Amino acid sequence: MTTLFEVPLSALMGQLMLGLVNGSFYAILSLGLAVIFGMLRIINFAHGAFFMMGAFFSWMSLNYFGISYWWSLLLVPLAVGVIGVVIERSFLQWLYKLDHLYGLLLTFGLALIIEGIFRNEYGVSGQPYAVPDALKGAMNLGFMYLPVYRGWVIVASLAVCFLTWFMVERTRLGSYLRAATENPALTQAFGINVPVMVMLTYGFGVALASFAGVLAAPVLQVSPMMGSQLIIVVFAVVVIGGMGSILGAIITGLSLGVIEGLAKLFYPEVSATIVFIIMAIVLLFRPAGLFGRAE
Amino acid sequence: MSSRTRILGYGLLLICGAIVPFVIYPILAMKVLCFALFACAFNLLIGYTGLLSFGHAIFFGTAAYVSAYSIKVWGFSPELGILTSVAAAAVLGLGFGLLAIRCAGIYFAMITLALAQMMYFVFLQVPFTGGEDGLQGVPRRSLFGFIDLSDDMHLYYLVFAIFVFGFWLIHRVIQSPFGQILKAIRENESRVISLGYQAARYKLLAFVLSAALAGLAGGTKAVVFQFATLSDVHWQTSGEVVLMTLLGGLGTVFGPLIGAAIVVTLQNALADKVGALLPVIMGVIFIVCVLVFRRGIAGEFTAFCQSKLAERRADANHRKSHGLSCKGHGASGEGVSAKEANP
Repeated sequence: MTTLFEVPLSALMGQLMLGLVNGSFYAILSLGLAVIFGMLRIINFAHGAFFMMGAFFSWMSLNYFGISYWWSLLLVPLAVGVIGVVIERSFLQWLYKLDHLYGLLLTFGLALIIEGIFRNEYGVSGQPYAVPDALKGAMNLGFMYLPVYRGWVIVASLAVCFLTWFMVERTRLGSYLRAATENPALTQAFGINVPVMVMLTYGFGVALASFAGVLAAPVLQVSPMMGSQLIIVVFAVVVIGGMGSILGAIITGLSLGVIEGLAKLFYPEVSATIVFIIMAIVLLFRPAGLFGRAE
Repeated sequence: MSSRTRILGYGLLLICGAIVPFVIYPILAMKVLCFALFACAFNLLIGYTGLLSFGHAIFFGTAAYVSAYSIKVWGFSPELGILTSVAAAAVLGLGFGLLAIRCAGIYFAMITLALAQMMYFVFLQVPFTGGEDGLQGVPRRSLFGFIDLSDDMHLYYLVFAIFVFGFWLIHRVIQSPFGQILKAIRENESRVISLGYQAARYKLLAFVLSAALAGLAGGTKAVVFQFATLSDVHWQTSGEVVLMTLLGGLGTVFGPLIGAAIVVTLQNALADKVGALLPVIMGVIFIVCVLVFRRGIAGEFTAFCQSKLAERRADANHRKSHGLSCKGHGASGEGVSAKEANP
């Protein structure tokens, strides 16, 4: 058997893939957080709850209505996006003039409510979600067996991240978005409806989170607490990467997932804390984050 | 708040504190006091320095573990165990503070939360905390070797004394020149720096002080309940203390105490009735507080009293102006301006 650093190559590759899968979730979630923060100046604590909501909606639509995975991938983010828009209109829009901390506190309350409702309905145990037929099995790549679904998660996440990056950085709508992030008052003076853009940005951000949730449903157990555990790690990822750039969020997310995966293999004791340790080190040397600008 | 009402408040507090164990179950009263001290410590940061530490339970919980372990395994006396736990929380606060104060505002909140989560995993894995079970069956022993703490009433007065000490200390800190600088940092940090103060050092000292006092609360809590578990260091406990302070009133003297009393009582009353819906209720309180009630109970009460006072002053001025018609204009103007200052 081929070995590298006294570890079988197949195990190494397996952990790398798993790390990339987790990293994809970190990337999508921190991307959404960054987009929302750019426009709303709010750290969306409920992001993990929307991730969980995505996974749960996809489980519910399969079990109650027989809606397949592929339709869920499209419909669930739409539904969660609409919920996000409603939340922005009814709660968040009153906070923009206040200290940013109130946004964090309100979305923390939202997260408690959403998680509490699901926990009351479904308990804390996880619900299994079967991998769709088309993505079952594994491919033999010669040096390793690649489970098809994991490969799909990585490809789909990268595609969504790329699309988001393209939309924000290369399209007309994206240029409005960046302008409104830079200077909302001036952008509005040019005749662009900034409040509507803010509303849609929040909807889009939480839709991204729920998309990650749908992708995660067959990999992780669908449980009410799956989001809050993830969101704190994602906060650390955001601190490491800095909130400045979209590409930065994607790269940081993926690489931290890989580092975490490798830690599980070489030094399992720190696998749960490695991201936080890296965060502490980054804070010592670059408090604004690897890709961030000091404000 | 005028000094007379404040002295009245302190007097009432002392009297209430002394008779409480005869009226309600002492264990519940002690729980309220521990969390009230915890919330007061947290308020020192958010209310007076403007720093939102979202992982404050880590200091509370670490102290609970240290106090439980030192009393149970090393056979420390309760007072020594609590002191050790305060020292541990202060050291942890120094380490985390050095990292966290490098960023401000929203980043500070995320960093403290992430660091706290890191310690949570450490406590989950290291052998001496007993993992998921926690440290159970901590003996209460006796204070200074002769006050038997297995009696709930004795213990209550110890906890009450600790609370009063912590409360008094925070009050002294806020009133001191040091506290004035903290408040100035909250209002305008760059101006404080331009005046020649090293704002980072002040923030760090406030952080360590707050961590140590949160540790005092946690170490005492471990003695009262005779256990320390993972839920003490969990982010939900951090969220609870934020809620208590927010509900009571950020930056108010009595707010955290009021908030802690309400939240703990609510948890106690509802835990077996609503079960998993408890977080939902907490979440709703959070949202209501942020949207319509940002000054909290104590803050709203003070604002209400002040507006009443201003009204009365305006009335008095009005009456005076009728008697002395030539001075009327200026006097009534003063009344209006007092009202405007406290809307």
